[in-house]
Amino acid sequence: MEIPYVVQPRPDTGVYNAKVGIWLFLASEVMLFGALFSAYVLLRVGAEPGTWPHGWQNLTLGTINTVILATSAITTLLAWVACKTRQIGRFKFFHGATLLLALTFLGVKSEEYREHLNHYEIQLADGRIAEGDMRENDPKQDDVLIDGRYVMDEKELYDLRAQRETRPQAIKIPRAQIKEMENYGPWHNTYLALYFTLTGLHALHVLGGGLVIGFLWGPGRRLWETNPEQFTNRVEISGLFWHFVDLVWIFLFPVLYLM
Amino acid sequence: MNELHSVDFRSYGWRCLYVLVAVLGTTALMIWISFLPHYSWAAKAALILCVACVNAGLVAGFLMHLFSEKKMIYTLLAFVAVCCAGLMGLTIYAMHDMPPGTVFH
Repeated sequence: MEIPYVVQPRPDTGVYNAKVGIWLFLASEVMLFGALFSAYVLLRVGAEPGTWPHGWQNLTLGTINTVILATSAITTLLAWVACKTRQIGRFKFFHGATLLLALTFLGVKSEEYREHLNHYEIQLADGRIAEGDMRENDPKQDDVLIDGRYVMDEKELYDLRAQRETRPQAIKIPRAQIKEMENYGPWHNTYLALYFTLTGLHALHVLGGGLVIGFLWGPGRRLWETNPEQFTNRVEISGLFWHFVDLVWIFLFPVLYLM
Repeated sequence: MNELHSVDFRSYGWRCLYVLVAVLGTTALMIWISFLPHYSWAAKAALILCVACVNAGLVAGFLMHLFSEKKMIYTLLAFVAVCCAGLMGLTIYAMHDMPPGTVFH
């Protein structure tokens, strides 16, 4: 059975079917991310003044990922143009570059997650709070060692950008003094729960897009030999999804890293 | 976009490079705004979101070809815009929709 309108535009819509399909899918994706963004707005606006974290993200890594995703949006477009102009060699180069950039994005994101999961807030019996990156946390030892600082009030922890000038120091804390200890995972507070949900869902989209791009770059490229027009349309569809992933990041970056 | 057969790859590549530079430029602008010392958080957030919208417009308009799409796609996006506006509107409405007797601390 032949599937109609995989290459030629449908007369009533003016576009081929897969394009209508991907736009409908992207519409549902807008609603999904829109719901999460509106949850963020609701919780951010409803937070007590001075209690919403600021500067908790690694701006350098966030900026690097922005550059990576913006560049990959261009390479995926050039891969499609290469197909349109019948230059399969260029397609392989640009689509391969997109795939590498997607993997790099995920690598940088993993490093950010590792940083968060290795960052601890430790409440001490004397009322002080120690905060910093964990260096040694062996249950057999009597002390834990962190690179960080002491604060007297939890509110001092909310604006980490203002604290960046103070150099972290190696602090040895006896376990007997520790009242509570927790890393900066999604369970730590509302902000981090939203951060991990939004960026985790986005990273899943990057992974999904990367798999499709990888398929078209590898085994899926066989279609080029038999039906180059249909293959070009598939590349365009994957590109539209990839640009949507970039669009979401364009809003995630300022909301989570800059505000 | 089927007329692309006649497009010179090199000239299209240059156009893409201009878009990339613009996207990176707007990103740098957002970062710069976030470090401005004498503005309130609300003012900075509004400015940053405006720049982000310009950035998104570049990606959607040029890279996703929305500047030259078919009417069908525009209709679909108009529905999405209405639904999103409703979603955000519900959020704003819910912020002031407290049960009777709610006590604020």
